[in-house]
Amino acid sequence: MDIKELERLAREIRLRDLQAVFEAGAGHIGGEMSVIDILTALYFRVLRVWPDQPKNPERDRFVLSKGHTACALYVTLAKRGFIPEDEISTFLKPHSRLNGHPNCNKVPGVETNTGPLGHGLPVSVGMAKAAKLSGVKYHTYVVTGDGEMQEGSNWEAIMAAAQFKLDNLTLVIDHNRFQQGASLSDTNDLAPLRPKLEAFDWEVTEINGNDMSEVVSALEHRGSRPHCIVAHTNKGHGISFMQDRVDWHHKVPSKEQYETAISELSEAL
Amino acid sequence: MNAPASTPKLYDCRDAFAATIERLAAENETIVAVCNDSVGSSKLGGFKSKFPERLVNVGIAEQNMIGVGAGLANGGRLPYVCGASPFLTGRSLEQIKADISYSNANVKLVGISSGMAYGELGPTHHSIEDFAWTRVLPNLPVIAPCDRIETAAAVEWAAAYNGPCFLRLSRVGVPDLLPEGHKFELGKANLLREGSDVTLIANGTLTHRMVTAAELLAERGISARVLNLATVRPIDEDAIITAALETGAIVTAEEHSIFGGLGSAVAEVVVDNAPVPMKRLGVPGIYAPTGSAEFLLDEFGMAPSAIADAAQSLIKRK
Repeated sequence: MDIKELERLAREIRLRDLQAVFEAGAGHIGGEMSVIDILTALYFRVLRVWPDQPKNPERDRFVLSKGHTACALYVTLAKRGFIPEDEISTFLKPHSRLNGHPNCNKVPGVETNTGPLGHGLPVSVGMAKAAKLSGVKYHTYVVTGDGEMQEGSNWEAIMAAAQFKLDNLTLVIDHNRFQQGASLSDTNDLAPLRPKLEAFDWEVTEINGNDMSEVVSALEHRGSRPHCIVAHTNKGHGISFMQDRVDWHHKVPSKEQYETAISELSEAL
Repeated sequence: MNAPASTPKLYDCRDAFAATIERLAAENETIVAVCNDSVGSSKLGGFKSKFPERLVNVGIAEQNMIGVGAGLANGGRLPYVCGASPFLTGRSLEQIKADISYSNANVKLVGISSGMAYGELGPTHHSIEDFAWTRVLPNLPVIAPCDRIETAAAVEWAAAYNGPCFLRLSRVGVPDLLPEGHKFELGKANLLREGSDVTLIANGTLTHRMVTAAELLAERGISARVLNLATVRPIDEDAIITAALETGAIVTAEEHSIFGGLGSAVAEVVVDNAPVPMKRLGVPGIYAPTGSAEFLLDEFGMAPSAIADAAQSLIKRK
């Protein structure tokens, strides 16, 4: 799929995500808007996955460690054919398999249960190490939030990935500069991320994480060390009044705001 | 007095674990051992020399160790994730919950030197909370073998079982109790001694103390049944209910806090199904003073003679 098509699809996913969060009356829309370009590039260009064989041993692995943005993953999985598109309307409804954080035993395409932060990267290190042991040539991708990198377990995993020489592992940090309650800089500022990852012997690429061509080329890069993509993104990307506003971490738009957002995203289609 | 005619030979169950995993790994190339710099204490030296590439040592980083185990299972490996039980469980409990139990990852957790095996090193190194922490987690069988034979059988069973489990091992020497060739059955108690006046239930390092206590009770004219209950979850409800109905009193003993462990698990079954007087022996909700595991078990009322006394008192409440 070419860049223009990916961009159009990302907007469609944003629209469906917005509608799902509005209808459910809950979600994490800010971080969903920031990560959707990365999810789109992964599922429609980069990942070797087969929706009819979600457990194929040769599939690339993808872990959404920032599991609170599950709705964006569900919409992407639905567009890619892992789950029915009309199932998105069940998001957060009683007994829906689409709860607020992804469940690998219920939702095809989900590899491990995430939600508590700092879990996805260690599990991804294990997946990449398994490929080294088995000789199966899949690649493992994991997306964390930038605030999530405050969890110490991530740095344990970063050390191990370098020690194990996991050139088959790509970590994308969705660097939207905001966490739940405030900006990173006002909380526990990890920026700049590049020198910290480089100090642990990772290869680091910095990109505009809301620019599809930069996202695709960074994800397709292969090197000789574990690769970290510091994806500079905007929380609430694509919706003017949400952008870079911390209160849109998990706020739900009013009817009026919803219509404004729909109109802005549709315009760009 | 009451000393056995000859002292039985004691075995470190870690050796049975190591020999079994090495044998299984020779037959199954997907088996990997994951550890936290615990090659020596987990007795993985032989595994490392036979299968160096299949020993995944993450360093002193237990949270990552559990996640790596889950990822290895996702990638088609069969990981035995080994570490000192206090750190394997306590340090990374949320990883065990989310990555292993909730994700239902096919990972075998092996808690080494559980209970008060690290004796004099003190309560930071004791693992007397791990039954309570792990047995509330769905999908996660919790197993504490009583001797080297049951340890080997459980390690072998785990390889064939499609799902996670927690094997709680000790380093404190225990005698052989089960017959050679014993097959481990998940959730099945083993009747070690028939009896009608009281039932003694234990696992791990306490089972052999219960057997000795039953012998002392026999000398006092009391007929004590002994059940080895390695599987704390899923628990053998039938054996417990039958024991309650047929003997009318139950004593439990464990190298664990009396809160939330084996005794609590047995009591849950008893109160729901066949209420009878019970006495739960264990660490009484305190941090242990300095001493070896054997000293501390005696200190906390779990010398065989003290167990026998507790059983004798309990019978009076029937």
